[in-house]
Amino acid sequence: MTKPVIFIDNVSKIYSSGDVEVHAVREVSLTVQPGEFVAIMGASGSGKSTMMNMLGCLDRPTLGRYLLDGIDVSALGRDTRADIRNQKIGFIFQGFNLLSRTTAIENVELPMMYSKRRFTPTELRERAMKALELVGLGKRGGHHPNQLSGGQQQRVAIARSLVNDPALLLADEPTGNLDSRTSIEIMDAFQALNDKGITIVMVTHEPDIAQYTKRNVVMRDGVIVKDAAVENRTLARDEMRRLDAEHQAAQLVK
Amino acid sequence: MKLTATVFIALRALRRNKLRSALTMLGIIIGVGAVIAMVAVGNGARSEVEATMASLGQNMILIFAGNFTTSGARGGWGNAGTLQISDAVSIIREVPGVTGVSPETRSGVQVALGNQNWATTLLGESPEYFDMRQWPLLSGSVFSDEDVRGVTKVAVLGKTPALQLFGDDDPVGQIIRVKHVPFRIIGVLKPKGLSLTGADQDDLIVVPYTTAMKRLTAATILRGINVQAETPEKMDQVEAQIVSLLRQRHRILGTREDDFTVRNQQEITEKATANSRTMTFLVAAIASVSLLVGGIGIMNIMLVSVTERTREIGIRMAIGAHGRDIMLQFLIEAVALSSLGGVIGILVGVGASESLSILMNWPTAISPLSVVLSFVFSALVGVFFGLYPAQKAAELDPIDALRYE
Repeated sequence: MTKPVIFIDNVSKIYSSGDVEVHAVREVSLTVQPGEFVAIMGASGSGKSTMMNMLGCLDRPTLGRYLLDGIDVSALGRDTRADIRNQKIGFIFQGFNLLSRTTAIENVELPMMYSKRRFTPTELRERAMKALELVGLGKRGGHHPNQLSGGQQQRVAIARSLVNDPALLLADEPTGNLDSRTSIEIMDAFQALNDKGITIVMVTHEPDIAQYTKRNVVMRDGVIVKDAAVENRTLARDEMRRLDAEHQAAQLVK
Repeated sequence: MKLTATVFIALRALRRNKLRSALTMLGIIIGVGAVIAMVAVGNGARSEVEATMASLGQNMILIFAGNFTTSGARGGWGNAGTLQISDAVSIIREVPGVTGVSPETRSGVQVALGNQNWATTLLGESPEYFDMRQWPLLSGSVFSDEDVRGVTKVAVLGKTPALQLFGDDDPVGQIIRVKHVPFRIIGVLKPKGLSLTGADQDDLIVVPYTTAMKRLTAATILRGINVQAETPEKMDQVEAQIVSLLRQRHRILGTREDDFTVRNQQEITEKATANSRTMTFLVAAIASVSLLVGGIGIMNIMLVSVTERTREIGIRMAIGAHGRDIMLQFLIEAVALSSLGGVIGILVGVGASESLSILMNWPTAISPLSVVLSFVFSALVGVFFGLYPAQKAAELDPIDALRYE
């Protein structure tokens, strides 16, 4: 059996503010194998954001063990976790979180600048360009984020997350700020990446977005209440074709 | 992360907020500029004082009759009647390290040529006087030791009476009357200009001291004795020997006070330059306060900048930036601000002191030390005041920073 990308064993996260202890995540165990496409779902307060922060090595579990790509990251210090994030994880955020007034290609170069590996300037450019081409934005490298649409910005963010060849893509409500058509485009990009073998974990509260993934994990009150493979998975390509057809039909009616 | 990349990021962040960066730098620019300009003006003033003091002559020791450091009614210095020609002669004979001695008398006289006349100061001196005071001639020559011995009626004119009596004509060889006694003019002195106190140094007529005493004032006492030491190092020793010699000659015993006063030219110079040095320090200190204020301005802006860019910091940290990378980025920004301000401030300071010397005719001398020091200081201001905001940025929690709106 292959080494799991995520192996969480009895992990808890307890926030204590004064005398009150808040158990955001309670003794959760989860394993994600390479090539999986998982949606973590749940209402707000279900613990999915805390889960996301821990999976992303932004936060440490209070109790339990977390192996990321075979490395125990549950007790690492600040700088080591920063290096792990740089090498193993690609982040995609709801608000895109690109550096404004910095061109798309420079945004994509950013993770390599903080990498332990030293890249030459040409190497930096080439790798960033390749990542941008992968998300279909090869010609937009010189644009600033405010010159790009929301969907394009999110694709720049995806290119940025891919540029260091991470073991895991971690997406936090990636379609939260996008309209439905653009959301489908982004899910199409994710499905295409997943088909190439990239492991993706996505946090979302929208069930129809979760339908694009292969496995849904539902959390409530800090525990996993459902963990099942997706039946009748929606394929973004089909969905787009259907939308186009509807659009044409609407045009004809007019 | 590479340092060059960090520097690049910092400089780009500054370029983005051009107006803000410029205003922040202004404090440092004014501070550094003021320090450099003020020190230049102070230095210029000091070198002018030193030049004026040098016109008194070199390694001069001045002995005045009477003691004017004690209280009580006195007839003013020089009038105590305690110094005699024999005192001057014994200094030449008995004190080693002396290169020149000139007994001095001084009185106010009216000089006349035809129907022109002029009130001036008459100095009785020895021929060494002109060398000691480094006072070259405009024309003619000075009197000799023979003139002193022969009590000749010859005179060397200062530039002012020469101008008043003769206008543009050469006075050398002409006869003038001093207190109705005819004197032949044998030389005219080069003008020295005003003294530190604003007195006209050129308003005088110099004759052999013997002539002054016998033909004009009928005095037997000297007002003072000018002594020149061989080297500046020997001045203290020569001075001490003169004091003990004169005390012995005047029979002043034990702890009784001197009946004469010795002044060392070095002391006078030091006193005069010390004043301007104090002024320079004072002004430079005030100017460096504005450097400090500039530093506080930088700190303020950096704190604002860190808050503004909390999200950016969060993104960088999420992507893999260490706290150190973030800290360096902001620190370099602060240092770039302050040292760029320092460089511009140096240009402003040099420009200001140059235009002061051109427009206002003030003497200025830019001190390289003040340029180097104020640049280093401005860079240090950046480090010092940038450190706290940079540290604050580095200690941000990436989760909170990412959530920051």
